[in-house]
Formats: sequence, C-alpha cells, structure tokens
Amino acid sequence: MLWAALSLSLGYNATLVTLGASLLGAAAGMAGTFLYLRKNALISDAISHATLPGLGFAFLVAFGFGIDGRQLLILLSGSALSAALGLYFVNWLTRETRLTQDTAIGCVLSVFFAFGVVLLTIIQVIPAGRKAGLESFLLGSTAGMLYSDALLILILSIITALVLFVFLRPIKLVVFDQGYSETLGISVRRVDFIILMVTLAVTVLGMKIVGLILIVALLIIPAVSARFWSERTNIILVTATLFGALSGYIGSAISAVSPGLPTGPIIVLCCFGLFLFSFLFAPKRGVLAVALDHYRFQKAVHLTQGLLSMAAAQPIYEPKTQRLLRRLGYIRADGVATETGKSLAAKTLLNEKRWSYWQEILKESDQLDGQAVFNLMDIETKLTPDQIKSIDQGLALKQGERM
Amino acid sequence: MMAGVALVSDQGVRLGEAREPGEEPLNIRGLTVSYGQVPAVYSIDFSVKSGSLMGIVGPNGAGKSTVLKAAMGILPLISGQVTFFGKPLKEARHRVAYVPQRASVDWDFPATVYDVVLMGLYPSLGLLRRVSKADKAKVAESLAKVGMQDFVDRQIGQLSGGQQQRVFLARSLVQQADVFLLDEPFAGVDAATETAIMGVLKGLQEDGKTIISVHHDLSTVSTYFDHLFLLNRKAVAYGPVAEVFTKENLSIAYGGKLAAAQLDTMGL
Amino acid sequence: MGSEFVALGLTPVLISAFAGMACALPGNFLVLRKQALIGDAISHVVLPGIVVAYLLTGQVSTWPMMLGAAGAAVISVVLIEMIRRLGRIEYGAAMGVIFTTMFAAGVLLLEQSDTSRVHLDVEHALFGNLETLIWLQSDGWGSLLDPLSLAQLPPQFFRMVIAFFVISAFTYIFWRPLVLISFDEAYARTIGTQATVIGFLLVVLAAMAAVAAFDAVGSIIVIAMILCPPATARLLTNDIKTQVFLSLILALGATLIGYVAAGYLPLWLGYSNTLSAAGMIATVSGLLLAFSAIYGRHRKRVI
Repeated sequence: MLWAALSLSLGYNATLVTLGASLLGAAAGMAGTFLYLRKNALISDAISHATLPGLGFAFLVAFGFGIDGRQLLILLSGSALSAALGLYFVNWLTRETRLTQDTAIGCVLSVFFAFGVVLLTIIQVIPAGRKAGLESFLLGSTAGMLYSDALLILILSIITALVLFVFLRPIKLVVFDQGYSETLGISVRRVDFIILMVTLAVTVLGMKIVGLILIVALLIIPAVSARFWSERTNIILVTATLFGALSGYIGSAISAVSPGLPTGPIIVLCCFGLFLFSFLFAPKRGVLAVALDHYRFQKAVHLTQGLLSMAAAQPIYEPKTQRLLRRLGYIRADGVATETGKSLAAKTLLNEKRWSYWQEILKESDQLDGQAVFNLMDIETKLTPDQIKSIDQGLALKQGERM
Repeated sequence: MMAGVALVSDQGVRLGEAREPGEEPLNIRGLTVSYGQVPAVYSIDFSVKSGSLMGIVGPNGAGKSTVLKAAMGILPLISGQVTFFGKPLKEARHRVAYVPQRASVDWDFPATVYDVVLMGLYPSLGLLRRVSKADKAKVAESLAKVGMQDFVDRQIGQLSGGQQQRVFLARSLVQQADVFLLDEPFAGVDAATETAIMGVLKGLQEDGKTIISVHHDLSTVSTYFDHLFLLNRKAVAYGPVAEVFTKENLSIAYGGKLAAAQLDTMGL
Repeated sequence: MGSEFVALGLTPVLISAFAGMACALPGNFLVLRKQALIGDAISHVVLPGIVVAYLLTGQVSTWPMMLGAAGAAVISVVLIEMIRRLGRIEYGAAMGVIFTTMFAAGVLLLEQSDTSRVHLDVEHALFGNLETLIWLQSDGWGSLLDPLSLAQLPPQFFRMVIAFFVISAFTYIFWRPLVLISFDEAYARTIGTQATVIGFLLVVLAAMAAVAAFDAVGSIIVIAMILCPPATARLLTNDIKTQVFLSLILALGATLIGYVAAGYLPLWLGYSNTLSAAGMIATVSGLLLAFSAIYGRHRKRVI
C-alpha cells in the first residue's frame, strides 16, 4: 500500500495531494531558508495563526450571500487576507511602538487565533457551519478531499514555486549580501515583501494538507536542518528544498494509506526525522562532530601549553594539563619531565617558534587572518620543506641579531 | 621554585616575571577561549600589579573584551586559570566590579537611573532587605562622582550614550570593589564624558584601587594609563606603559595595519 | 445577578481572572527578556504532555495530566536550549523546531489512542471548557460564606488560585534577581546571581501558569495572557513595578470584559447562543493592546 502511494499509483486524488504536498514542501523549504537567514523564522507562526479568523469570516460572508462557504478558493482567500492583516499588525507594532518583534508576533498570533475561535463558535451554531468541517484546517486533513480541491492546491503550489523561482536571484542577493544588492538598486524592502508573500501563500495552501498550526514546521525545520550541512548558502537552499519536498512526499504518502492518520503531524514528524539526523550526524556542524572537535581542540591546547611550559622550564599550574601530561607519560608522577616529554617539549617549542615566524611573515605581507590555531598543528605537515627551510634560516638570523 | 624566570613571548619580547598566582588583583595564566574552532584568545598569561591603571589594547578582534568576559566567568574557558587576589572569582566576588559594554544591554528597559545604580548593591541587599537610607546615600554619592546626580529619576532610555556609560560606571562604584574591569568605557561617548570617566578612574587609583580597561584609541594610551597589556589573540607584552608601548611591540600586535605615520603622531 | 450568576457565571469568571493574572505575571519578564515566544512554545507542548500522561496512566485524572503537561513544558524548554547551544541555531528557529514537533507528536498519539472516547481532544486543548466549570451546589451569594458548598467549587478553581499565589510569591521574593537578569544578564552573573537558575525557574512558573490555566481556559488564552497584558502595560508606563501591577489589572479587566461580552453580546444582538469566553477574553486583551499602541503614553522608544 505504502509503495503504491509512494509511486503515485493510489488513485487520482492521493496522487494530486502527494504531488501538491511535495511541491508545497519544496516551496516551504525555500521560503523558510530565506526567512531563517533573515533571522525571521517565527514570523511564519504569526502568519499561520492569523489565518483562522479569515477562514471563519470567509465562511460567514459566503454563507450570508447564500454561497456554499465550503468552496476552498473562498476559504483560502479569506485566510490569506487575514494573514496579511496579521502580518501588517506585527510590522505596525514593531515599527510604531517600543515592543520588540517577538512580542508583536506572540500578541498578534494569539489574539487573531482567539478571535478565529470566537468566529468558529458562531459558525458552530449555523446548521451548515457544523458540516463545514473548518476544524480540519487546524490540523490538516486530506481524507475526503474533493478532486477540485486537490487540483486547486496543486495548481496554486506550482504557481507559488514558479514565483519563487522567478524572483530567486534578487532574493538570494538580498539575503546573502544586502550591501551589494543595494548598490545594484534592488530594494531590500520589496524583496522582504516578496519573501513574506510567498510564505503567506505557502501557509494558506498548506492549511488543508498540513493544518495551520503545523505549517510553521514546514517553513522552519527544513531550513534549520539544511543549515547543518553547509556554510554555502546555495547548498543550504537546495538541501532545504529537498528536505521540504521529501517530508511532504513521504508524509502525505503515509497518510494516504492510513486515512485515520492526520496528514499534518506525519509530515512534521518526517521533517523532524531529517532534522534529528542532520543535528546529530552532519559533518562539521553536527553535534557529534562539534563535540569531538571540541574535545580534540581542548586536548591540543592543554598539551601544547603544557609542553611549552616544560620547554621554558616553567611550572604547570593547571590540574587538567598535569593529568594529561602524566597520562601520556610526558611527566612523572612527581611532576618531573620524562625523556620523551623533554624531546617532545623541545619539538613543540620549535614548532611554536616556526609558526610564529611564519605568522610574522604573513602579517608583514598582510595575508594573515589572525589564526593562532595554526600553532596547534605540526608545521611540517602543513608547509613545504622549502618553506620550513626558509623559516629556519630566518629564525637563525633573528637569533644572531639579538646576540 | 620557578619564580623569577623571565617570561619571554615567542616573538622574543619580555613579558614580565613569572610568578606563583600571588596576591595580584588579577592574575591570568594559560587562558584560551574559543568560539568554535578558532581561538578568540590563545594561551594568555598576564597579571596586574595592585594600584595600577591598566589599559588592554590591541586591534579589532584581538580578544580584548573576551579576556575580561572570560575573567568574569561570563564565557567558558578552554583552558586557563583566573584568580583575583589569589582566589578564584567565586571567593573574591565582593572585591571585583565589572562594567560591561554599554551596547550589551537594551536601554529601553523600564527603569530609572536610580534603579540601575542600585543593582550594584544587590549582593549586599540580598533578596528582600529594604533599601536603607545609607544605601540611598551610596547611590547618590556614586552618581555625584560621575556627575549624574541630577538624573537620579531619569528614565534610562532617555539618556545619551555618554550618560548611560556614566550610569554603568556609577553602578560599579557602589559595589565598593578593589579591582574594576571596564569593557570599552569610551566607545561612542562624548568628549566630556570621556574626561569625566578618566577623572573617576584616576581618583579610584589614588584610593589604591586597581583598574583594567579595554581601550582602542592608541593616541590616548600614554596619557590615560600607567600600565598596558598589548594583545592580539596572544599576549604581546604587558607592564608599565613606557616599556610596553614601543614601536616594536605595536608592530607585532598590529602588523602592517598600523602605518608609520600613525606611530609618529604618538611620538614613538 | 442572583443565584444563577453565582452558580453559572462566578466560577468561570474567577478562574479565568486568576488564570489571566497568573500568566501575565511571568509574562512581564519574558517580554523584557525577549523570550516572549517561549509562552507560545509552552502552550503548544501542553497537549503532548497530557496525552502521554494519559497513555501512561490509562485514565483521565487531573494530577498525572498536570504533571505530564508541566513535564512536557520543561522538556521542551530544555530541548530548545540544547538545540540552540549545541546546534548554534537562533532562539526563534530552535523553538519552532521543538514545539511544532512535540505538538505533532501529541496530535498523532491522540489519534492513535482511544482518547477520543474519554473527552480529550485537540479542540478541548485549544479552546478549554470554561463554560462547564459551574458551581451547582451554590445557592446565591450566601454560599460564598458556606464552607460546605465552597468545598464543592470546581477543582480547577483551587488549582488556579494556588498557581497564582505561588507565582506571586516567587515574583515577590525573587524580584531583584528577576529584574537584574532581564536587564543585564552578564552583569548579573558577575555579581553572583544564579542567572541560569532564575531564568529557568521563570520559564517553569510560566509553564505552571499555562498548565493550570490550560485545563480550564484552553491554551490559546494562555499565550494571549502571557503577552498582551505585559505588552500593553509596557506602553503605558516606564516603571517596571507599575508595569507589573498594571499588567495584572489589565489581565483582570480583559477577563471581565471578555467574559461579559462572550455571554451577553450575542443576546443583545438577538442571538440565543453564547460565544467562546476564552476566545473573547483573548480578543479583548488584544483590543486593549491596540488601544495602548495608539494612545499609550509611553508607546514609543525615545531614541
């Protein structure tokens, strides 16, 4: 069954939903990366919660005009409008008052959501309202979705992804290099606006599939996960897009074969699975790699400092350094240096002197970016024998001058 | 047993005497602090003699503020030992006052000048003890020292940068500490404030206090300080200004970035 | 305003008033510490907390659920902090990862278990059931003096009152360190304040308020009450004591106005049904904020 869903052979609707969710995930991953890099991730939380009153209001207005308020397009339009209003209020509060953005986000999302709940209690009273199933927008539900709905979501998702693609270059410029983009005459405000509008579109489209509470996850988690894999923004962007698409694809496929499961939570948990893997195992930025590096680095620092003190015949005060040297057999229990210790200390001192001299040379020619970390590595493994030779000559010359 | 060995930095510059962690107001040895894999400061040794007014000087990103923050226990250490008057910070806290960078806090906080200066008395006030007349007098006295006596009830968000810096200094004064660590006290302040702060610091020194201040304006170094700690991720040199503030040392610390013309204006 | 009100209206009003004040109190410091959205995170993870508690104990009883919710709140805060530090991710994004995931897990567990039989559902978690907290044993205002009928008050009432007083006591006792870590945490550490501990306790108390309030008034009102009254108060004053005091008054005011509006507004408009009281209270707190954002004496930054 799951294979049938994954290979998109589980009926028309399920296929459309799966495609829509994947596209949506991809768009969310992309938009989310921009939000994250602009340090604005949680604005998506305000946008998503602010859709609720619009949803209720659209239903009520449609009902008032005698139109079937369950029309997805009407509901989505209402949601988009109120989300935009919520966004406006967040910006207004941040700009016009002394409140910080996080406070503004929290206030707007809670008040809008609460007002949405008030509207829902009104809708509950209307006979047609009870059947409207607006609650399904809270957590997403693809079960019993109409063919036209699925098609609508798919088409709108394609449009959103296309818009994002068209504006990709200016957005990337602003996100990655604001100063440079300004010299090119690209308006940062306009680009920020486009990012927010795409976020809004993703949120509104995701309501039916993921639900408005959890769409935030699709906008934040892929971007955060992708950040672990690279320092290069292009790669982060592609990774986040892939993660988002993958989560949407697998999540909606799983829920297609088990209709009891709400789609939104499954998609979010897929997202989180990818996050957890990245968080733990990503090379360089992953937690395990960082912990290992930190341990090695700390050990190297203590060892170098200890050996240098030994070379200069200075006492070593730090217990940690003493323990380390003792464990490695460089000093005896009573603190006296062993033969291995002595020779290694001399070697470390020479290494240190060579590095320092090399740094001076770099400094004079202004090539140094101030990385004292060099001193911890064996210079003979990092520089060519010729370079080392010239360093040694320079050192000998300096020694001569001082004499 | 090793006391008296001259410490020589790898650049061959005399660093001073290596001593057992003694009674110096601040003694740091083997201090390494890193953000990630790049050390912000590496294997720093230095100590301050009691009663000195010491400037910490070095180029941008040299780790000047990092040294102070690490000494005050705000940053985790990779290695190193920090003692105040021969004791770890925990046991010497009442003798140490720290003045953070002005920009490190949000001044749009609902508090008055009085409220902020009173924070310096929190250790002695504890959780619930009422603020006595004597405490209020201490606050007033400190504010008068920095020339802010007329601003007691002023909202801190309404102060100029220089005034905010004076408030921070006043807060450290009420702590009645013996050693003061100041992080960039002259960053973004007006000339009058700079003079006023310098006056307060000299006054503290006359009372036998020790002052250590991060500083980045080389042209005022010799007039402001009597001791200097020159740093660029590694300790370059420390000691009396006359010995440390030399062309040779500066070129080690600043590299090619410091033009010869600049050195000339400093009379070096 | 007779015995009918005492039986049907008094307890919901009192419970939501105490809930609002209990949330607003720690909210002041969360707003000043730029941790406003931690309230958002906490209120989302309450759901998985109670679901797990139910799955473990197999019954819908109060204390396990309260503990489960509080536990989930604490776990979420620890996880957020862990991800932030170990993964070097900014605070907001770390929160976004954790609370959405925990909420999703909660919903999934809920759907997978048979909890729907026992009156435990997502909507209840979000909207609360304020309207059912009635005091049928009462017999007019006189019952307030009758210990026997007082004992019959809904248990939510006592929990909320206790939570409020615990939070008030904490705020009173730890006022100085709370102000200090909110203004200048680094300095606080240098003078020996246990900034991490106090900061953590603050979040735990916000969680306690959220959990106690959640059962009665639902989680949406929690975020609104943690943030709106303190934010409103901040725009009305420049003194932190006044701000905290005002935030309590505003929470109380929003509750009273909101409750009355939910109950009577539809009646005046000719409808017979009432609106969601919790939703209305939060809406009113938002209106109060909007009002102070336009007219508040201290709404603008000076510089």
